[in-house]
Amino acid sequence: MSAADSFAAPVAEVPGGGQTLLTVEHLTMRFGGLVAIDDVSFLGADGRITAIIGPNGAGKTTLFNCLTGFYKPTVGRLTLHHPEGEFLLERLEGYRTAQKASVARTFQNIRLFPRMTVLENLIVAQHNKLMRASGFTAAGLFGLKVYRDAEAKAVDLARYWLDHTKLTEKADVEAGNLPYGDQRRLEIARAMCTEPVLLCLDEPAAGLNPRESHDLNDLLRYIRNEHKIGILLIEHDMSVVMEISDHIIVLDYGRKISDGTPKAVRNDPAVIRAYLGQEEHEELPPEIMAGADNAGRSPDDA
Amino acid sequence: MAVSAAEGIDIRPLNLAAMVREASITALVVFALAIGLVGFETLDVPGGVAIRTRFADVAVVMALAFVGRIALILLREHRPRPVLIVAPILTAIMLVLLLSETIFGSESGAALKRFMPFHDPVVLWGVVAVTVILAVRAAYAQTHVSSSLTLEERDARMDRIGAGVQRAARLLGPLLLGAAIVLPFMPFADRRVLDIGVLVLMYVMLGWGLNIVVGLAGLLDLGYVAFYAVGAYSFALLATQFDVSFWVALPFAGLMAGTAGVLLGFPVLRLRGDYLAIVTLGFGEMIRVILLNWYSFTGGPDGVSGIPRPSFFGLAEFSRSVPDGTAFHEMFGLEYASIHRIIFLFYLILAMALVVNVFTMRIRKLPIGRAWEALREDETACRSLGINPRNTKLTAFGIGAMFAGFAGSFFATRQGFISPESFTFIESAVILAIVVLGGFGSQIGVVIAAVVLIGLPEFFRDLQQYRMLAFGMAMVLIMLWRPAGLLAHREPTLRLFGRDKKPETNS
Repeated sequence: MSAADSFAAPVAEVPGGGQTLLTVEHLTMRFGGLVAIDDVSFLGADGRITAIIGPNGAGKTTLFNCLTGFYKPTVGRLTLHHPEGEFLLERLEGYRTAQKASVARTFQNIRLFPRMTVLENLIVAQHNKLMRASGFTAAGLFGLKVYRDAEAKAVDLARYWLDHTKLTEKADVEAGNLPYGDQRRLEIARAMCTEPVLLCLDEPAAGLNPRESHDLNDLLRYIRNEHKIGILLIEHDMSVVMEISDHIIVLDYGRKISDGTPKAVRNDPAVIRAYLGQEEHEELPPEIMAGADNAGRSPDDA
Repeated sequence: MAVSAAEGIDIRPLNLAAMVREASITALVVFALAIGLVGFETLDVPGGVAIRTRFADVAVVMALAFVGRIALILLREHRPRPVLIVAPILTAIMLVLLLSETIFGSESGAALKRFMPFHDPVVLWGVVAVTVILAVRAAYAQTHVSSSLTLEERDARMDRIGAGVQRAARLLGPLLLGAAIVLPFMPFADRRVLDIGVLVLMYVMLGWGLNIVVGLAGLLDLGYVAFYAVGAYSFALLATQFDVSFWVALPFAGLMAGTAGVLLGFPVLRLRGDYLAIVTLGFGEMIRVILLNWYSFTGGPDGVSGIPRPSFFGLAEFSRSVPDGTAFHEMFGLEYASIHRIIFLFYLILAMALVVNVFTMRIRKLPIGRAWEALREDETACRSLGINPRNTKLTAFGIGAMFAGFAGSFFATRQGFISPESFTFIESAVILAIVVLGGFGSQIGVVIAAVVLIGLPEFFRDLQQYRMLAFGMAMVLIMLWRPAGLLAHREPTLRLFGRDKKPETNS
């Protein structure tokens, strides 16, 4: 896809199908002399899973940080086609991306509230809604019914996501005491409790065993199919990526080198080159790609 | 270990020279410490300060340290018998000397008293306590041959004790409140006891206020006393310049302090941890320096005097005769007594502190309270959830400062006179110590820490210069035994299942 195409953004067709939810145009992020993201444009669709893959240092997490308001992009336009109107994400600063544009995210290194319980983590995620219900603390201080009802509803929503992440039994355990896999799922549940339109997952399968990865696939499919929200996914685990994504974007050294359906990307010579090195591996069958995540972490792509 | 207890421990032959050397080193260290602290005493004499030397005391302290060290070495080397013999004998001698006046009558008792190593009875009782502890340890070592606890065992034991204290804490709260309510009517509650009670409650209130900032929001504030000062001066100036009564000025003083908290909060929003601590420390000092130098407004080092005492909710005054109004004792048909005012102050500060407590307990369960705690845990995660970190931090700063302002007004009206000297950094440090020792975020822990840190030193005023030593010792002991604070325990703000249902993963 050329740069000229992306100017006509919302009309353009998203490779994986679906309504355009996110338009990224000419996104560039520089840190001093280092160009972390170099003129990347792509579309993300509603109700679809868009995977962003690439070797380490390709700029995937930087892209997420730009989308979720942690970084301000040097150049570029990020448009979110929210049901309530369009948001220019590059202009929303910090917490407003989550508060106004309903973009939720998880982190590569899990960031829970470790000394609060699982349930409390999910209630904190509904802060803004509860804050309004508590009349910005005044109504809540006197225990008015408005607030108590809102809190009961918040607990119901938390309960819903606890049930779907299989954490209900552990609702009253401190989040920091959960096993690793549970913490990963809790972070997704917490992000979903903000009722987002776009969910950004930064390596949700990292450190999970095959059974947990399988459960994660089911969970992400469930979120996509039942809640019809857009999911952006950074992942190295190709068993997750190839199985569940509808659309894959490949980054290498901050540039987009491929963009399309999983099938198209898997057969793209540029991708194979980026992952497996120059010519000598070009004749390898595409199945190798499925297990290529380890090659992606080789030291030469630092 | 338990199979062959006696053989399991290697009882090395005693190396007498090494033992004496180790004890001598201890005595030398004690000498270095004591020569300055104990050896010289400054006395106020007409026309200046005189120095009195107390080298005899230093010598006694060194001898005690030497003997005590030898006792500890013997215990360490599993030879408790000599300690078991000597320590009780020493205890008995000390007790006889201490109780000599009651046993032998005043005359021969006074003669015996001359043999006592120190003059101060509190220090003497301290020596007795040490010998008793040594004797008990020796007896324990004699009967339990194998009892050398490993580090893990000791930790586990401390954990069990901590958990027990926490269970007791649930009962302790109402119990302490009951004790506080009946205190003024106890026969021993004279003016001194009530004054200490008021002082302790003031620090409890300050501790609870700072607990919001430090314990809940995790913002390490070393300048908390600044807001206390703002509250005190707001009330003092309003009362002396504009003749505003305590009850009208109280909310205003809180508002002023809260505003100051928000204003000081703004520039430090981006700072965390140590950096925040340093900057708040600086702000605390700035407020004090401004109070000291803005002579035309605050009276500078002269302070503000003649601050009116609080009335009985504006209905009656606490004085013998009120020219135009009602006196409290007339209103209730009581005999006039100056202690009425103290009792009223006691209940006033108790009520104010309880308001802070109830407020904190409630707000913890509200979104803003949970956001504070979440912010303490992980600010980045908070931002990803759409929580506004700026507003959340500023409310914590503002509310904490407001309570300090209330406490400040109370301080001003109780003292009747305030000056910048009352608001030095050491006050901030003491309040923070109360919060830290009590256990971050623990309400009952703050009470216990305030009693230990404020109440006990006041009761032991007779100890004079040893008072601060005891203060330091208490801090060191608490940090050794309960490094997370006396009652570091976090109760979840809401549960999906009841308190009794224990999930399978134990925490």
